[in-house]
Amino acid sequence: MKQVYASMLWACVVAWSLAAQAEDSSATHTLAASCAACHGPNGNSLGGTPTLAALNQDYFVQRMQGFKDGSVSSTVMHHHAKGLTKEEITALASYFAQQPRQTAHALPHQSFLGAQ
Amino acid sequence: MQPDSILTSHPVSATRRQFVRSVIYGGLAFYGLPAFARASKPPLGHVVIVGAGFAGLTAAKYLRAWSMGNLKVTIIEPNPQFISCPQSNLVLGGSRTLDQLSFGYDLSRKQHGLNWVQDSVTAVDLANKQVQLTRGNLSYDRLILAPGVDFNYSKIPGMPATVADIPHAWKAGKQTLQLRQQLESMPDGGVFVMTIPTGAYRCPPGPYERACQVAHYFKQHKPRSKVLILDANADITSKKGLFLQSFNGAYQGIIEYHNNSEILQLDAASKTIKTDFETVKADVLNVIPPQLAGKVTQVAGLNNVDGRWCEVDFVTYASSLQSDVHIIGDSISAGLPKSAHMATSQAKVCAAAIIDLQTGNAPNPLPVFANTCYSFVDDQQAMHVANVYRYDPAKKSMVSAEGGGVSTKATVQEGEYAQAWAKNIWADTLT
Repeated sequence: MKQVYASMLWACVVAWSLAAQAEDSSATHTLAASCAACHGPNGNSLGGTPTLAALNQDYFVQRMQGFKDGSVSSTVMHHHAKGLTKEEITALASYFAQQPRQTAHALPHQSFLGAQ
Repeated sequence: MQPDSILTSHPVSATRRQFVRSVIYGGLAFYGLPAFARASKPPLGHVVIVGAGFAGLTAAKYLRAWSMGNLKVTIIEPNPQFISCPQSNLVLGGSRTLDQLSFGYDLSRKQHGLNWVQDSVTAVDLANKQVQLTRGNLSYDRLILAPGVDFNYSKIPGMPATVADIPHAWKAGKQTLQLRQQLESMPDGGVFVMTIPTGAYRCPPGPYERACQVAHYFKQHKPRSKVLILDANADITSKKGLFLQSFNGAYQGIIEYHNNSEILQLDAASKTIKTDFETVKADVLNVIPPQLAGKVTQVAGLNNVDGRWCEVDFVTYASSLQSDVHIIGDSISAGLPKSAHMATSQAKVCAAAIIDLQTGNAPNPLPVFANTCYSFVDDQQAMHVANVYRYDPAKKSMVSAEGGGVSTKATVQEGEYAQAWAKNIWADTLT
């Protein structure tokens, strides 16, 4: 009987942690996706900005905290880092560290067709 | 594709919903399973998106990716290709061609398994969850409207709805090329007059960037020519200090800025504008018209703020009038700049919320996102405004977080960043 209770409890823990993880990652992957405008799809930059995909988690946090407290100088990033909480920076660091580096698709350039 | 062939609605059963929820949030990679993706009844239902600009196309991509293919997505877009409004002012300045800003939709369609209908919406039946197209009807479980802006010429006394030789060039395309050609044909010593409307409009710094781009072209090719800005607003509405550096610096003697200069009367034939203070005659006239939410929102009756913009809930982007219709991008009423980055950020929050709603979960109640917007003052130098925005439940709006701001001055380095921004946001939206 003890074993049954133990396994039931374990099942609850797993279900709870999955649900919790889902909530965390939904908020984090949505925030992380907002970085794509400058840093590319899933943190894979097409050039001109750092690739965040598979970036070392500690380095990410260190840089962002530096931009946030002003100890690392930047052109643009301080305007973003200062607006994020420590927790958000940590979550983003973890998210991007887990993203695979991918070769970007070539942009689908097409001549102007004159329709619009 | 015949629109009629995708006409059925797909209610989601509770057991299926739970199963799908466990699939998605358990992290199993079902996205690659073709049988699942091609299922005639998509487990999470059918989302129809009107408009394939930055907002609509981004919503489509992330709905498919984050639902792991369990949502069916159909896009309705009348235009055959994507033309980027960001950087289209550089076509006027001469450092970009319109071809460089034009893209095909095919890769996005294939890559994300999107259904595509090249057509326009003529009516929306909110009660029966159907959109009417010129070639048939289409049913949805949820509808996303992302039509961008529409123009209201009736607000300009004397201005007919369309004047062939007075382009707005405020949607990138033919009119961008037309305005560039007019500038090229204008004799040296001529006057380019641009008018800016009051109230919200697409791309707040865009008119001032345009003035710089035209001045950059004049400085090189027609040094005796002038740029006259007639701004109906009391002051420069975006990046003021930065634009003044250019107006009073590199373009001193070329750009003249007049505030509070609403058009009292416009004579299209002579390209003459009367304001409270003066009457000016233009050689090339660019009227940026007053703006409102895109036509489909008007057809659906969802532009409920001053009859212009659409009120939405910033957690889900659902219309305040209709909970299964979501509105994103330039059409919404918000204290947010109408920018491409903003449109894509809203699209992602909306996509995540729709997946949550379709799986029976509560959407993230406190969305956070970023906006970065660059403006070029010539062919190389740019400057930015950048902010994080977070949802404030008390104010029920997205509020700018502490620490955002603008560049100290336009630089070549930021010009390079601006080019990187364009490449990356195009990649995020179009691949």
